[in-house]
Amino acid sequence: MSTLQTFRQETRDWLETNCPPEMRKPGDVCWGGRNPSFSHPDQEIWLEKMGDKGWTCPTWPKEYGGGGLTYEENKILQEEMAAISARPALGSFGIWMLGPALLEFASHEQKLEHIPNIVKGKIWWCQGYSEPGSGSDLASLSTKAILEGDEYLINGQKIWTSNANYADMIFCLVRTGPQEPKHEGISFLLIDMNQPGVEVKPIKLISGKSPFCETFFTDAKAPKENLIGTINEGWTIAKRLLQHERSMISGMGLGSGSGGPKSKTSALAQLGKKYAGSDSENKLADSILRTKIAKHDLNSRAFGLTLQRMGEEMKSGGPSATASISKYYGTEQNISRYELMLEAMGISALGWKGEPFSAEELAITRDWLRTKGNSIEGGTSEVQLNVISKRVLNLPDK
Amino acid sequence: MSLLLNEEQQFLKDTAKEFLQKNAPISHFRNLRDSKDETGYSKEVWKQMAELGWAGILISEDYGGSNFGMMGLGGILEETGRTLVPSPLFSTALVGASFIELAGNENQKKEFLPKIVSGDLTTAFALEEGPRHSPTNISTLAKKEGKSFKINGQKTFVLDGHSADTLIVAARTNGEINDSVGITLFIIDKDTKGLTVNRAHMVDSRNASEIKFKDVEVNENSILGDLNAGYSVIEEVLDRAQIGLSSEMLGSALEAFDRTLEYLKERKQFGSVIGSFQALQHRAAIMFTELELTKSAVVGALNAVDENSNDRGRFASLAKFKAGETLHLVSNEAVQMHGGIGVTDEFDIGFFLKRSRVAEQIFGSSDYHIDKYAKLSEY
Repeated sequence: MSTLQTFRQETRDWLETNCPPEMRKPGDVCWGGRNPSFSHPDQEIWLEKMGDKGWTCPTWPKEYGGGGLTYEENKILQEEMAAISARPALGSFGIWMLGPALLEFASHEQKLEHIPNIVKGKIWWCQGYSEPGSGSDLASLSTKAILEGDEYLINGQKIWTSNANYADMIFCLVRTGPQEPKHEGISFLLIDMNQPGVEVKPIKLISGKSPFCETFFTDAKAPKENLIGTINEGWTIAKRLLQHERSMISGMGLGSGSGGPKSKTSALAQLGKKYAGSDSENKLADSILRTKIAKHDLNSRAFGLTLQRMGEEMKSGGPSATASISKYYGTEQNISRYELMLEAMGISALGWKGEPFSAEELAITRDWLRTKGNSIEGGTSEVQLNVISKRVLNLPDK
Repeated sequence: MSLLLNEEQQFLKDTAKEFLQKNAPISHFRNLRDSKDETGYSKEVWKQMAELGWAGILISEDYGGSNFGMMGLGGILEETGRTLVPSPLFSTALVGASFIELAGNENQKKEFLPKIVSGDLTTAFALEEGPRHSPTNISTLAKKEGKSFKINGQKTFVLDGHSADTLIVAARTNGEINDSVGITLFIIDKDTKGLTVNRAHMVDSRNASEIKFKDVEVNENSILGDLNAGYSVIEEVLDRAQIGLSSEMLGSALEAFDRTLEYLKERKQFGSVIGSFQALQHRAAIMFTELELTKSAVVGALNAVDENSNDRGRFASLAKFKAGETLHLVSNEAVQMHGGIGVTDEFDIGFFLKRSRVAEQIFGSSDYHIDKYAKLSEY
């Protein structure tokens, strides 16, 4: 047996022994933290087992608690997990965004301090990037950090901080060089959320939900060891982390791909048939809707193949400017998928609350409204097109 | 499955690029058009292509081919799309060779395949009878008379029909128009009595024709595959043809885009290069994104043929849909972004627009494939 075959067998055996039954069903994913909440006791067991093995972050170095797997081994692990429908043991911005950036830019001591905690889900991280005056023009940010003795003193305001009301720590872009040109006076700083100088206010969105907050810093403190990389050179880290964020978000573009393992019909087309009916040839009865859905499914498939191809091309090289392509296309696809769901369901997808609507229908309404943020967060679609024009196509500024 | 070319396939593609840029650049195509060449392609260039092994890529080694598969041929077709070179590569090396490989009996394989490999025999597939692709819309009738068949009817849009040595004809031997059962394939020599071939001069200056059959007599040895059961072979070959054509279309779209991008970087107006204007930048970025998606769809489909995937039909529709949409978009934008010079005959960019529309129609437009994909997905 080849090494990879052996690895597959061992992985299969380990998952068989260690993945609790409840975690082999669809459901919510744990986000960890200092005071974690588990929707089922099995969730805690699963997190502990996977965290100990480093398989919450399979390709990260073992030295910092990661799984130390190669690209091929990780592919096998994901396949084996999918084969038993195992849920991810942990989800977090630490895994998707901060960790990869720390691995690239942090010192050995900083990695030792923060990465194992990300792997085991001990800290819930949130992201402090946007400010009220700095959205697409992120580098104009003005939250200040001034070194006083061994500590930074932070003053200012962040916005669109996801789940800041649950987070233990924030990775934050702060201005440390107010006299420098805007890209050259920014630093990347880690700040504890649990202190008197930090105040959090949830923002109510058009969906009625509040996944984002405003975060206010009034003389908040962070030890100087929490500055990652070189002072005033945080913009490089910021951009790199954005690529990770964009790759993470783009996955949502795959939404309509599968209608279940045994069905050729996408979930979207199934929904179309459920609400618009089928004709005598088992075609979706509304032929215009059918065409739109098929077009969407085709694009979704081409997009899935593109993510796969880019992954193969980069192997373990990490995301590049191509992350902008996938962020742009993935979010636009997700938005159009929800628009098509609304079109298929008619007024059934336009309820806000009450008996006439099923829980699933009400969820679709709220999720549709949530998708409107997809082409804004992590850099708007227009910003992604700018990145492609300038960084990939090398089109000039003047 | 892997979506990357292996070393051998990449080598083939690189060789093709080098050969075509040198021996058959776009000026080669322009000369053929302007000289009103009878054949519509250069026999000399075709001979060289065959020497490079391109004619036998899908043909098994027993008959002199290399059996490199669609991933091998796809890379070459993509490069031919870049220079718009007309050649029998599609009609003969892909379509004709596939028909004979998949459905031919031993005698037919021995007779035709080695000659295809050497570049000495070209084929054309006579299928369509109307202006829009419809593979079951066949009323050309082959009536059995003793041990032979008498064919009457008319075919349209037969690619390479005026120059091919041998025709592969889909005729009805049973059933009604639009039935998939009752269709039979015949291999017929172009000089057979009763055949009239009229060259159709298409907008893309490539090679197509209309063929009339008047009491064309062929014997039963001319049947390719089984009587009345030609449709399943046609389906399989059409899948391959759609996928191979998508490779070529991808190449044309990439070339039109590269040329446009160059132009955006050099053309100045209002004191700046026009590529600095966001109105054009975003459209260029969208085209680039669509090209990336098209590459993935095409390579996924090429791979599906080589791996004998049971999802080949949906992959073929995916590739042809995406290639059609993207080439349509890019060829339009290319002309628009070139401004006035884009609509002159002297400038090459218009060739891509003309080729786009014809290629979109060959073996099913994007609309056709949207419908087919939905059908195959059971909705």
